[in-house]
Amino acid sequence: MESVSEVEAAADKLASEAGLDEDTRFHVTMAVREAAVNAVLHGNDYDPAKKISATFENNGTSLIITIADEGIGLDPDSLPDPLAPENLMRGTGRGIFLIRSLMDEVHFRQLHPGTELTLIKHLAPASEKS
Amino acid sequence: MALTIASREVDGVTVLDLSGRVTLGEGSVQLREAIRDLISKGSHKILLNMGEVNYIDSSGLGELVSAYTTAKNQSASVKLLSLTHKVKDVLQLTKLYTVFDVFDDEASAIASYK
Repeated sequence: MESVSEVEAAADKLASEAGLDEDTRFHVTMAVREAAVNAVLHGNDYDPAKKISATFENNGTSLIITIADEGIGLDPDSLPDPLAPENLMRGTGRGIFLIRSLMDEVHFRQLHPGTELTLIKHLAPASEKS
Repeated sequence: MALTIASREVDGVTVLDLSGRVTLGEGSVQLREAIRDLISKGSHKILLNMGEVNYIDSSGLGELVSAYTTAKNQSASVKLLSLTHKVKDVLQLTKLYTVFDVFDDEASAIASYK
């Protein structure tokens, strides 16, 4: 789990340096942490031989974070809705939902092998910042 | 910061004062064990004081759900006290806020068990 903490810390630094307010910064770091946990647990199935990789970019208009694993792949459309009454009390299955809820854009790309998630948070123009 | 859990009794209610993060590898297992231990020892009124919990992830949410369900199956109840803004935010996003009994002040929470 050390890699997850490192990725989370890097995301927090990126969000902080971008001047995001505390709530938005929390949303970014939480989404990135969930993506990293998914990559280690569900992507790589805790296999220490498999790596996760992460990139962090602020292009001036958005924060763009990618998290990739080396697992068997993920079909995001096949995931059950954690808000459905029959799933609400399940102990798992909220990670991808949270990522999608907390970020402005989330893209999935199948690698060979693995899955890459791209998480995007748009930055408010300077004139809109309070 | 990892999770610390302190236990105290108030009018027959076991209050667990949580402080830190309830996340995978940093507190979710501790919370699970603390609640199972309490229920196995016969505590049926459990109040989680989350006023010092500044972070919860999907694993931590899973543990809250599991605690709620485990308690209910044993005729016990787990309620939540003093959610921080961040934890409340996540509980609302996932619709779990509607599942739990949530209180802002301890006296009301304790009274609700009577």
